Amino acid sequence: MSVAQQQRTEPLVRLRGVSRRWGDIVGLDGIDLDIAPGERIAVIGRSGSGKTTLLRALAGLDTGITGELTGATTPAVVFQDPRLFPWRTAVQNVELGLRGSDPRGRAVAMLAEVGLAGRETAWPRQLSGGQRQRVSLARALVREPDLLLLDEPFSALDALTRVSAHALVTDLWRRHRPALLLVTHDVEEALLLTDRVLLLEHGRLVHDERLEPGQERRREDPDVVHRRAELLARLGV
Amino acid sequence: MVLAVFRAAGLSIPPPPAWARWISPLVLLVLWQVASMTGALPDTTIGSPSEIARTAWDLIRTGQYSDALVVSLRRVALGVVFGVALAVVLGLIAGLSRWGDAIVDPPMQMARTIPLYGVIPLFIVWFGIGETTKVILIALGVAVPLYINLTAALRSIDPELREVSATLHLTAWERLRYMIFPGALPGALVGLRLSLAVAWLVLIVAETVNADAGIGFIVNNARTFLQNDIIVVGLLTYAILGLATDFLVRLAERWALRWQDGPAR
Repeated sequence: MSVAQQQRTEPLVRLRGVSRRWGDIVGLDGIDLDIAPGERIAVIGRSGSGKTTLLRALAGLDTGITGELTGATTPAVVFQDPRLFPWRTAVQNVELGLRGSDPRGRAVAMLAEVGLAGRETAWPRQLSGGQRQRVSLARALVREPDLLLLDEPFSALDALTRVSAHALVTDLWRRHRPALLLVTHDVEEALLLTDRVLLLEHGRLVHDERLEPGQERRREDPDVVHRRAELLARLGV
Repeated sequence: MVLAVFRAAGLSIPPPPAWARWISPLVLLVLWQVASMTGALPDTTIGSPSEIARTAWDLIRTGQYSDALVVSLRRVALGVVFGVALAVVLGLIAGLSRWGDAIVDPPMQMARTIPLYGVIPLFIVWFGIGETTKVILIALGVAVPLYINLTAALRSIDPELREVSATLHLTAWERLRYMIFPGALPGALVGLRLSLAVAWLVLIVAETVNADAGIGFIVNNARTFLQNDIIVVGLLTYAILGLATDFLVRLAERWALRWQDGPAR
């Protein structure tokens, strides 16, 4: 049995007819989606298309959704801003709520993995924006999630920091292999970091673009350039 | 005015050194002493600084002062302990639950509108003129500002951090300990500083209205015998005690809020 077949039979997360409404406002409208273990997915769409609503549903933060949503026992979330507890040091933020043996040791190791060895006792306000987002990433990954949810985590970073953050996420994914769902505005980021790009429009899934899984891509690759233009056209840009 | 002239002339004025803040109080003290010595400020109005210092020393030497201080401090300590306990219990109930807020907050807001000093006659009827009345008055004065600030701080905890707590699967106790308490601490400490300031004010009023011991008793006695120097010593005592407790809370603030220190990035 090939890996592809196995993934098709046993999705990590299964959504069928998932909807979210607030009165007349439609957030999500009948989403059908399977996420395979270790799969990298990007969700793109205009503001208000339901990207973040979908992520919050997967994170278990939204109790008002209807439809069927099963799977993902241990999702972890990295938000747009780092959302660190300002009164806790970097390592205290990472180890917060961590169960099992030696939470401090695991938190220190994970901080080293995101390149923050030696900054364990720094307060969040003593860290740069990029470093704070790394702490937030460490806090998510130290829980060994089977699904890592990223809600535009790079949008507040400057261009250079963003490039190294991209490399870090790819690197961490290769080592830990969680399924990954990235919500982003940036089509290029979606194509470089993930292998499947979903397009949301008015709460509906209108396009599902699959790329060669696990491949390293560069922004100047003709395939990336071509798909980027196509996806931007679909977004109506 | 002077500054503007200097600037117009293209001159820059150096920033004042730290000791500059001592200049004007010391000058005032010297002027007072000189006015007393020359007779411009008669003894019957107020004594000279040196006479007041001598009076203070006499009070300390005879032990009257420390006896009175212990009595007054005990009143404030008891009142603060009861007041803080009341404010924390009610503040947590109102700040952490909507039902708690709906039930606890209205009576507290009503209590806030009652002038504290206005209930003194009633309290004397109820509790007599002993220590109970004074301690209850101080406790009520302490409870209100702390309660108001504590509930506001509890309600203003960042909803984004609440979401993070949900994604981290924190237990209710972990949320209290790691998110709610530290998040509400800055506001609570502001409330505590206000509360302690109120505590000293209430003490002064309660002791002046009626007392058979304490700093206020000494002051009242002095008034009967026109000993203005002793009244001033009492006033200075209240001022120093107020400054001292404020300083202690500020030390606690600095420790509790050390995560706000240091250069930001």
